[in-house]
Amino acid sequence: MGVEGIGARVTRKEDKRFVTGKGKYVDDVRVHGMTYAHFVRSPHAHAKVKGIDISEAMKKTGVVAVLTGKEIVEDKIGNLICGWMIHSKDGSPMKMGAWPAMAPETVRFVGQAVAVVIGETRNQARDGADAVIVDYEELPAAASIKAAIAPGAPQLHPEAPGNVVYDWAIGDEKATSDAFAKAAHKVSFELTNNRLVPNAMEPRAAIAEYDEAEEHFTLHTTSQNPHVARLVLSAFYGVAQEHKLRVIAPDVGGGFGSKIFIYPEEMVALWASKKVNRPVKWTSDRTEAFLTDAHGRDHVSKAEMAFDANHKMLGLRVKTHANFGAYMSLFSSSVPTYLYATLLSGQYNIPAIYAEVMGVYTNTTPVDAYRGAGRPEASYLLERLIETAARQFKIDPAELRRKNFITSFPHQTPVIMAYDTGDFNASLDAALKEIDYAGFPARKAKAKSEGKLRGIGLSCYIEACGIAPSKAVGSLGAGVGLWESAEVRVNPVGTIEILTGSHSHGQGHETTFAQVVADRLGISINQVSIVHGDTDKVQFGMGTYGSRSGAVGISAIVKAMEKMEAKAKKIAAHHLEASEQDIVIENGEFKVTGTDKAMALANVALSAYTAHNLPDGMEPGLKESAFYDPSNFTFPAGSYICEVEVDAGTGKTTFINFVAADDFGRLINPMIVEGQVHGGIAQGIGQALLEGAVYDDSGQLVTASYMDYAMPRADDLPSFKLQHTTTLCPGNPLGIKGCGEAGAIGSSAAVINAITDAIGNNKLEMPATPDRVWHAIQARA
Amino acid sequence: MYETTYHRPSSVDEAAALSARDAEAKYLAGGHTLIPVMKQRLASPTAVIDIGRIPALIGVEVSGDMLTIKAATTYFDIMNSADVKKSIPAIAHLTSVLGDPQVRARGTIGGSIANNDPAADFPAAVLALGATVKTNKRSIAANDFFKGLFTTALNDGELITAISFPVPAKAGYSKMRHPASRFALTGVFVAQMKNGDVRVAATGASQNGVMRVPGIETALKANWSASALENVKISPNGLIADIHGSAEYRANLIKVMAQRALG
Ligand SMILES: Cc1cc2nc3c(=O)[nH]c(=O)nc-3n(C[C@H](O)[C@H](O)[C@H](O)COP(=O)(O)OP(=O)(O)OC[C@H]3O[C@@H](n4cnc5c(N)ncnc54)[C@H](O)[C@@H]3O)c2cc1C
Repeated sequence: MGVEGIGARVTRKEDKRFVTGKGKYVDDVRVHGMTYAHFVRSPHAHAKVKGIDISEAMKKTGVVAVLTGKEIVEDKIGNLICGWMIHSKDGSPMKMGAWPAMAPETVRFVGQAVAVVIGETRNQARDGADAVIVDYEELPAAASIKAAIAPGAPQLHPEAPGNVVYDWAIGDEKATSDAFAKAAHKVSFELTNNRLVPNAMEPRAAIAEYDEAEEHFTLHTTSQNPHVARLVLSAFYGVAQEHKLRVIAPDVGGGFGSKIFIYPEEMVALWASKKVNRPVKWTSDRTEAFLTDAHGRDHVSKAEMAFDANHKMLGLRVKTHANFGAYMSLFSSSVPTYLYATLLSGQYNIPAIYAEVMGVYTNTTPVDAYRGAGRPEASYLLERLIETAARQFKIDPAELRRKNFITSFPHQTPVIMAYDTGDFNASLDAALKEIDYAGFPARKAKAKSEGKLRGIGLSCYIEACGIAPSKAVGSLGAGVGLWESAEVRVNPVGTIEILTGSHSHGQGHETTFAQVVADRLGISINQVSIVHGDTDKVQFGMGTYGSRSGAVGISAIVKAMEKMEAKAKKIAAHHLEASEQDIVIENGEFKVTGTDKAMALANVALSAYTAHNLPDGMEPGLKESAFYDPSNFTFPAGSYICEVEVDAGTGKTTFINFVAADDFGRLINPMIVEGQVHGGIAQGIGQALLEGAVYDDSGQLVTASYMDYAMPRADDLPSFKLQHTTTLCPGNPLGIKGCGEAGAIGSSAAVINAITDAIGNNKLEMPATPDRVWHAIQARA
Repeated sequence: MYETTYHRPSSVDEAAALSARDAEAKYLAGGHTLIPVMKQRLASPTAVIDIGRIPALIGVEVSGDMLTIKAATTYFDIMNSADVKKSIPAIAHLTSVLGDPQVRARGTIGGSIANNDPAADFPAAVLALGATVKTNKRSIAANDFFKGLFTTALNDGELITAISFPVPAKAGYSKMRHPASRFALTGVFVAQMKNGDVRVAATGASQNGVMRVPGIETALKANWSASALENVKISPNGLIADIHGSAEYRANLIKVMAQRALG
């Protein structure tokens, strides 16, 4: 409703400050008496720390303190935790190796901090760090899954024999074997899901201040979820008490999951600020970001699918090894299990699924959720497997998918998820039409006559978003509830502040959330401001990840709005001498339906605060809050189709066309949704063609800068053609499904399916660099 | 970055004198190689001598059959120079595919040659065209200038002032960009000189930096066409192999880029 309501392409309110350089990020914050932290980091992937000599560093000009891992352990600062308990097949709990914020005895990945130097200036802290002498005894490293599970492999943690964190399974093993036993056709496939570095534009940063008189801490930090940070820092790490710690996440320049987690640097900054009794600031440089931001993906999998004689799916069997790096990061354990294997049914009716996941420690940077988190890995595996099957059976890949689509809802998959709604044929049809699928054979033939290799690739993804019902995730091992909170404050003059537990770090909440409020009241979005990111301002909230802010965060706002509106209607009815049931809200007014009697929102609000004339027994004020806990995940789904041309001489891939047809349920602001899809596809194409974190056998990160780690640039990407087909989510008030991760989940498989189609060789791993594609072409010849 | 002293001389002599006074000082041109390594603390010159604003080091001149580009001329200015476009369009093209707009706005031909990165573009043009590198002390033939990875014939404190290119009969450059850095994964410059000589240089390919490619030179001398290279075999021995390309792939690229450089 209205030009600024739900469904309107309103330009983003927050962009004025961002595009004029007026955004306020953590590194922009300066406080009186501030010192700077510089970490001393391990150059080795695996080593014993035999001694740390700080005497030279202490003599350096401007060095305030040098603190080591030994001291942080002595001060009983807690080890880092992993907040999702996973049990292995045999019932045993996952095996966690201890992760102190700075290593007192053993370092297990390049970049792990062993000490920190606090200096008067950034450079002086760095000079001090350069002067710290660490005596390392190098140990053999296991830098890959293969190396870590090989017999006789170096052992990372005494708690985890064989470097195995867990050996987990989901689904029905027997039913799946039976399916394979009676199969008419089988397809099997091995593939790697390449490791990625998140690369948010803004590197992580923290400023910790300690107020000695109040015994109170303030932490400015680059966080997607400041309340979770406060909870973890206080309850588990013991750096401060929860009510004596204020966490502020101001403007945050991109997270993609990597800023969900609480990292050693924030803990150390807080702890050090008390030790030196001065504010301590740390800003990651790009190399530190490469080495210490939690990486994403990194799976090696074997997948097999059984079909009957009519190419109907009978069963799916998957065995995945997931690389966790050297330590279990905050939500890492859930990513290759409940965020991955539960999506292996995709858009298909697969009667039996059995998936085994072995989590493995390696001497590499910890791995955790990264845009899509588990779901891109599931979607990539399944969609390549199906394309492979279609090629093997020599049937149209669109037809094979269609034949197996789930068409009635709700649908219970064999791997926990109960899909509430969807129309997979609709999105596939929309995508096929947009790309002129029927015309492809002619285009391919024409390209061939010109000596070019053209290919087309499909990917029909589904994901589970809006994470999620607290009870459900709790039963699966989550250490937190995953509801969201909101408070609506109508000020005496009728302007509105919405306090949300969600956090915006690129998503545009200040606009979309305001649109929802504007829509309900018929007012301008400029009358609404969105407050988030400060634990002293906002009630406890769970933050933003897993495309949850629309489905869960907005739903909480709607719930709070309903309460506020109910009270406001009572006030209006009282003044207008009408019945509360007859009051409707239109254009910022409370109207008696069918009459011209009305009271402006501002007057209702003023009346609530003057309290001169309120209904008997009514409390003054106009402010309501709500907690919203969904009843299910939401299930965005869609079809992506990509058409490429490959240069046989160089192996270079060029996009001819890229179509994405998504079903996100209700769209609040289609322009912002499209931006989210564009960014997501860019990341998916990045994974497919360009990005890949590579370690050498000794555990050195070979791709530790942009000179070797290829990020997608604008000219690497085509113009995307987007379509929306809509089925509303029945589980939340507005029917929202979520759109933040879809692009990254659906696109990689489409790209690789297209390239392998073009070159006629299905054996190709991501990133499909020109070098790899060229070799695949040679291998085919 | 460590603290350093910044000088901005206004003449070549003044720059050379500043350098002579301090063995640990470094010339600074576009800074696109030097500044990043200083920020990483991998280089710590006691002083930087900014030659980027010395008028005598900036500009392009054509006289007769010689195109001279002064050392501190930026890629951007080279790319847009009417003289360059007219006399050796392949050089204008090379600069247009070098790095990105930011790099082209700052980086200089002198800095590129002095640095001699094994994947830099300009060394291929300098070597293929048999250019002459002029310094404040002498003239050095291209054949003698490049001495392997990041190594040149320059002595300490010697300042490149200009590069003189003989205008060829035909020339072309083709580059497969490195996916991350956008340097040359392999780039090939082909030139047919006015005396009929054919010279071909490849960058980004060899473990020893820019190199001539005799097999391709011979084939093109006989027949200046892409088809003449069909049966040329390039050995992967001694070529760079890394995560972005195997030696075999680079060997293939030398041939394919040479074919495409012919236009
Ligand atoms: C992101 C990025 C992408 C790039 N992509 C490419 C690319 O695609 N292709 C490519 O070829 N290069 C590329 N470069 C490198 C770029 O071209 C550099 O600018 C160039 O290598 C050095 O030139 P400069 O003028 O910046 O030199 P500086 O960094 O100022 O100096 C480099 C070195 O040369 C010395 N020096 C400079 N001028 C002289 C002189 N006149 N006489 C003697 N010594 C001198 C300096 O003392 C220093 O040691 C890239 C760089 C970056 C940062």
